[in-house]
Amino acid sequence: MLSVTKLSKTFPGVRALSDVDFTAHAGQVHALVGENGAGKSTLIKVLTGVYRPDAGEVSYDGAPVRFATPLQAQQAGISTIYQEVNLVPLMSVARNLFLGREPRGRLGLIDFGRLHREADEALRRLGIRVDVRRPLRELGVGAQQMVALARAVAVDARVVIMDEPTSSLEPREVATLFGVIRMLRERGVAVIYVSHRMDELYEICDAVTVLRDGRVVHTGPLAGLDRLRLVSMMLGREIGEVRTEGLTKFSGSHTATAEPVLRADNLTVRHRLNDVSLALRPGEVVGLGGLLGSGRSETAKAIAGALPTDAGRVSVAGTPVRTGSTAAAIRAGISLLPEDRKAEGIVPGLSVRENIALAALPALSRFGLVDDSRIDRVVETFMKRLRIKAAGPHQKVGELSGGNQQKVLLARWLALHPKVLLLDEPTRGIDVGAKAEVQALIDELADDGLAVLLISSDTEELIEGSDRVIVLKEGVVVRELTGDDVTEDGLMRALASAPAGGHDG
Amino acid sequence: MADLALARGTLDRARLLRLLQEYGVYAGVAVLLLFNFAFTPYFLSTENFRTQAVQVAPVLVVALGMALAIGTEGVDLSVGSVMALSTSLLSLYLGYGPWIAALIAVLGGIVVGVANGALVAFVGVQPIVATLALMVAGRGLALVLLPQLKDVRDPGMAALGSGDVLGVPYLVLIAAALALLVAFVVRRTTFGRQVLAIGDSRPAARLAGLPVSRVLVVVYVCSGALAAVAGILATARLSASDPTSLGTLMELSAITAVVVGGTPLSGGRVRIGGTVAGAVLIQLLTTTLIKHDLPPSWTQIAQAVVIVLAVYAARERGRR
Repeated sequence: MLSVTKLSKTFPGVRALSDVDFTAHAGQVHALVGENGAGKSTLIKVLTGVYRPDAGEVSYDGAPVRFATPLQAQQAGISTIYQEVNLVPLMSVARNLFLGREPRGRLGLIDFGRLHREADEALRRLGIRVDVRRPLRELGVGAQQMVALARAVAVDARVVIMDEPTSSLEPREVATLFGVIRMLRERGVAVIYVSHRMDELYEICDAVTVLRDGRVVHTGPLAGLDRLRLVSMMLGREIGEVRTEGLTKFSGSHTATAEPVLRADNLTVRHRLNDVSLALRPGEVVGLGGLLGSGRSETAKAIAGALPTDAGRVSVAGTPVRTGSTAAAIRAGISLLPEDRKAEGIVPGLSVRENIALAALPALSRFGLVDDSRIDRVVETFMKRLRIKAAGPHQKVGELSGGNQQKVLLARWLALHPKVLLLDEPTRGIDVGAKAEVQALIDELADDGLAVLLISSDTEELIEGSDRVIVLKEGVVVRELTGDDVTEDGLMRALASAPAGGHDG
Repeated sequence: MADLALARGTLDRARLLRLLQEYGVYAGVAVLLLFNFAFTPYFLSTENFRTQAVQVAPVLVVALGMALAIGTEGVDLSVGSVMALSTSLLSLYLGYGPWIAALIAVLGGIVVGVANGALVAFVGVQPIVATLALMVAGRGLALVLLPQLKDVRDPGMAALGSGDVLGVPYLVLIAAALALLVAFVVRRTTFGRQVLAIGDSRPAARLAGLPVSRVLVVVYVCSGALAAVAGILATARLSASDPTSLGTLMELSAITAVVVGGTPLSGGRVRIGGTVAGAVLIQLLTTTLIKHDLPPSWTQIAQAVVIVLAVYAARERGRR
C-alpha cells in the first residue's frame, strides 16, 4: 500500500535514515520499533510529507509519489495520529472532528445540527461518550487522543500512522483503541504502529520493522519472534546480555533504616488529593502506584510546592517547608522531575549548559554575576556522569532526543544536591537504552543516600525499582506494599480490591 | 528523534538562512551605508553622522528595555507614554536642578514599570493589555502635570543635549553605555539567564524554582526606567518638554528595532547587538529616503518591508 525503497535522509551532521526499505500492506498492522534516535520519527515524517527524502523513493498504491506537504499526504488518504495531540483546544469536539470538511448547509454555511449529530455518532462508534459541543481542552488527554483517533478514522484513511498513541491512555481506552485498530485492519487499512510497549506490539501487530541508527535491522512477521530477540535487535546487544541484566536496570533493594528525611502529612487538594501522608527515608526508592488520575502526579507536585494545597504539611529533615512555593521546596532540598518533560521541564531554546545550570544559578554566581568557569565544571561533570549525548554543551536542548532531555533535567536537579528527588514518569517516552540508564541512575542515587519517590505507569519499572510502593486511588492512599509484597500481583490486587475511600475522584 | 542537529551545518540553504538570521540586520546596515556613501551627497561628513546618532539615541534606549520585555514573551506598549511622563516630570522639577529632576523623571518611569510588572506578574494580565492600560494612563498623567509645550532653559540640560566628548555627543555616549550595560546584564548575570528561561518556557522556569514574578517585575521596571531616560535625552535634545507629542508611536519604533534585530517575539532570546543595529537600520532607512526627496509615506512602506523581511528570516528559526 505504502512503501519506501532505499530511503535516505540527512540532517546537518546526522544521517537519520540510510537505505531504508519499508512496506506497509493493506489490512495489516505493522509495528515500527527502535530506540529514540533510530529514525522512526524521521521515517514517519517522510511518509507524511513533513520532510522530503534526500534519496530513495516513496510509493503509494504502486505508484511513486512525492508529498510536498502534510496536507497532500492527508488528502491522499494517509492519516497520522501524533504522540502529542494536535487539535484545536478551544474549538468544540465536533468541530475538531470535522475540521476542514464540515458538513455544509445551504449558502455554504456550516450545518451545525448535522455536524454535532455526525460527530456524536462517530465517537459513539468508538465507545466514547462526551458532549461534542464542549471545547476540546476540557477533555482529559486520553479523551483528546481518542478524538484525534476518531478524526483519523473518519476521513476514510487508507493508511493510518500512529506514533505512540497509548502513551497517555488508560487501560480501558487502550482497549478501545485496539478495537478500532482491529476494525481498521478488517476494512483493509494499512496501520503503522509506533510504540515502546512490548505487550501492545504483541497484542495488536502483525508485522514488525526494527530500526537502529537509521537502518532497518529486521523486518518480518511478529508472531514467532521472541521478545528478547526483539529487544536485543533494538538495542543491538546480545540476547544473553539482555537476559542476565534483566529488562529493567534496577537492583531493587536498598537498606534504609534511618529516620525519614521527607514527611508529608495530610496533604489535601480539593477534588484531587484527600489526606495523603507519606514518608521517605534517605537511600530508599518509594514507588507511588495507581491508575491514571489517582493523584500520583498531584501528590508529587503538592510536595514540591507546584500545586497549592488546602491542607497538609511537608517537612524535610524535621524542618517544615512552606507549601505552595517551588522556591521554598527547592531550598529545602526537594526536587521534582515533572511528568510533562516538554512543557514543564526543559527550556527548549536554551543550551544544554544553560538548562543544567538553570536551577543552581544563584549558587553558581557571585553578586548576581554568572561564574562561567564553575558552570562549565558542573556541566562537564554531569554530562559525563549521566552520559548525556549532545553535540556539545552549547547545543539546544530542544534538539536532543527524549532520553537525553530527561538526563539534562536530572542533571539540573542533581546540581542542586537535593535531599529528596521526586520523579514523575522519568522514563516515559524514552528509548530502551536511555531507560535502562535512567533506571540505573535512580538506583545509584538512592545508594548515595537520596530519598527517591518514583511514579511510573510501567508496572514492571515501579515494582523492580521501588523498595516500598504506596498505592493511591482517587486521591487517597489505599495501601502500602512492603518487603515481599512488592510484586506486580500485589499491586494489581491493591488497585483492584481497595475500596475507593475518596468521595470526589 | 533522529534529527539531532549538530552545530555545523552542511545544507547550504539552511546555513544561508541561519546566517541571514544572525547577521542580516548588520548586512542591511552595511548595505545602506555603502549606498549612501556612493549616492548621497554630503553623507560622508562628521556632522551628518552626529545628527544620525543623536536621532537614534532615544529610540535605541527605549528599544533596550523593549528587548528585555519581549525576551520574556511580553511587550511594553507604555514606553512612549513613559517618555511623555518623564518630560513632564523633568520640566516640573527642573527648579531643583537637573540632577534631581532627572532622578524624579526616572522614578516616574520606575513606578509605571512596577505597575506594569505587577499587573503582568501578580494579577496575570496579558502584557499587551496591561501595558496598553498604562500607555493610556501615562500619557494622561503627563498631560495633567504639564498641559502644553514648555521650553526647557537649563544650562545642564542644554549641555546634555548638545555637548560632546571628543566629538561624540553625550546622548550617544549615554545610549552606548546603556546598551553595553543591558548586554552585560543579559549575558553575564543570573537575572539575564532567568529572563531568557522565563521567556522560553514559563512553566519550566516556575518548576525550576526561578523567582518568575520578581523577574517579570524587574524587567518592566527596567523598561520603564529606560524609557524615562529616553524621555530625558529627547527633552535635552529638543530643549523643550512636549508631553502631547513626545514619544508617540515610540513603542512601535522600539518593537521594530527589536524584531528587525532578530529577537523573536516568542521570547527566550534577546539580542542586544541586533537591537542596536535594528534601530540604526531604521534610522538610516528613513534618512536615505528623506535625503533622496521621497515622501515620508515611502519611509513607512520601507519600514514595513524591512519588518516583513525580518519576520520572514526569523520564521524558520524554530524548525529544523
